[in-house]
Amino acid sequence: MASDEVKVIGAWASPFVMRPRIALNLKSVPYEFLQETFGAKSELLLKSNPVHKKIPVLIHADKPVCESNIIVEYVDETWSASGPSMLPSTPYDRAIARFWAAYIDEKWFPSLKSILKAEGEEEKKAVLAQVEEGNALLEKAFNDCSKGKAFFNGEHIGYLDIAFGCFLAWLRGTALAGGHKLIDEVKTPSLSKWADRFCNDPAVKPVMPETATLAEFAKKIFAKPPA
Amino acid sequence: MAKKEERVKLLGFWISPFSRRVEMALKLKGVPYEYLEEELPKKSPLLLELNPVHKKVPVLVHNDKILSESHVILEYIDQTWSNNPILPQDPYERATARFWAKFVDEQILPAGFMPLVKPEKGIEVAIEETRELIMFLEKEVTGKDFFGGKTIGFLDMVAGTMIPFCLARAWECMGIDMISEDKFPGLDRWIKKLNEVEIVRECIPPKEKHIERMNKIIERSKSS
Repeated sequence: MASDEVKVIGAWASPFVMRPRIALNLKSVPYEFLQETFGAKSELLLKSNPVHKKIPVLIHADKPVCESNIIVEYVDETWSASGPSMLPSTPYDRAIARFWAAYIDEKWFPSLKSILKAEGEEEKKAVLAQVEEGNALLEKAFNDCSKGKAFFNGEHIGYLDIAFGCFLAWLRGTALAGGHKLIDEVKTPSLSKWADRFCNDPAVKPVMPETATLAEFAKKIFAKPPA
Repeated sequence: MAKKEERVKLLGFWISPFSRRVEMALKLKGVPYEYLEEELPKKSPLLLELNPVHKKVPVLVHNDKILSESHVILEYIDQTWSNNPILPQDPYERATARFWAKFVDEQILPAGFMPLVKPEKGIEVAIEETRELIMFLEKEVTGKDFFGGKTIGFLDMVAGTMIPFCLARAWECMGIDMISEDKFPGLDRWIKKLNEVEIVRECIPPKEKHIERMNKIIERSKSS
């Protein structure tokens, strides 16, 4: 008989891995965290996610679930009795949360990544403008979804908070964004306050990397080879 | 003016698998809707107004609610009208259906079109790479009538609109027998079963017209 054990295969620095960890914390589900070594993929990872060979993977009672946002929904549905729902109650509000989570992964995050690859002032400016455009949309989305409450999901952290909030450690490392403050009190006041609330939440704090540690790690992995 | 009635409109495009799958879901649930055809690639002012973020079809308008992104719309339809469920009940099966649906749109589509139109590594390599991806779906459907079990569900709608009734027509134009019966007996059987479902047949672009249009798309893509 398969045990009910929960395992998460991941890495401490990955925002995508943070997603299922926050979800499990919110539902008070104990789990074993299996850290992948940077640059190598374990047998278990390759066996559990043969399609993408990527982290995170959740293993519950020996069954793997892959894709971070899909894992978050799985956690919400499986342990529905163990904490507030991570998605809103009406079908429309749920659809809006899913829409913005998809936008974050398909449009916003790729533009964020390209900040690191951008070369020269012109390209950097253009890419930053794209990210800021996305942030403005998300600022409005926050105001619409939260309806005056603390989080995108209302009173409690939910699916969309997790989908976006997982990037905050990276965003706060301003050195990583070439000295630009991406979540800004002036341009995105609601998101700025939300970011503080999110990062200080007890379900998030234990899994959010320290900015300094992350900066060191980023230097290592994005180190340009000597000219 | 304030008549209490359900008004459902769908902005779509006849060859878009994304918009066709929404039609399938609405028909499965027996929801009457008004269909508005976008004359793509020209985008109507209505489309730009209703979907300013992505400017794409499908867009579903349900009374005063506007929704876009086909997977999001399918889940909305499933939760709003509870008859004939589209997603499975069990959380693990739901996660599995969602995973494969994402895989179809994000992996099979990119591999199954442009690399075949412009084969940088050679056409045989491109075909093999596409087949490798499709083999994952073969394993999922083997032993079942549909991905959803005895009746069509979420993954059948996503994979069905994308593969046999969209990509396969492109493959036919290119003279490629991608999903051959000997290599993919499960999927071959699934496609035959899909063709027996009336709702599916109603949501397939008419073949001749589709092939004609697909040839033009392929030509345009070659020169892009």
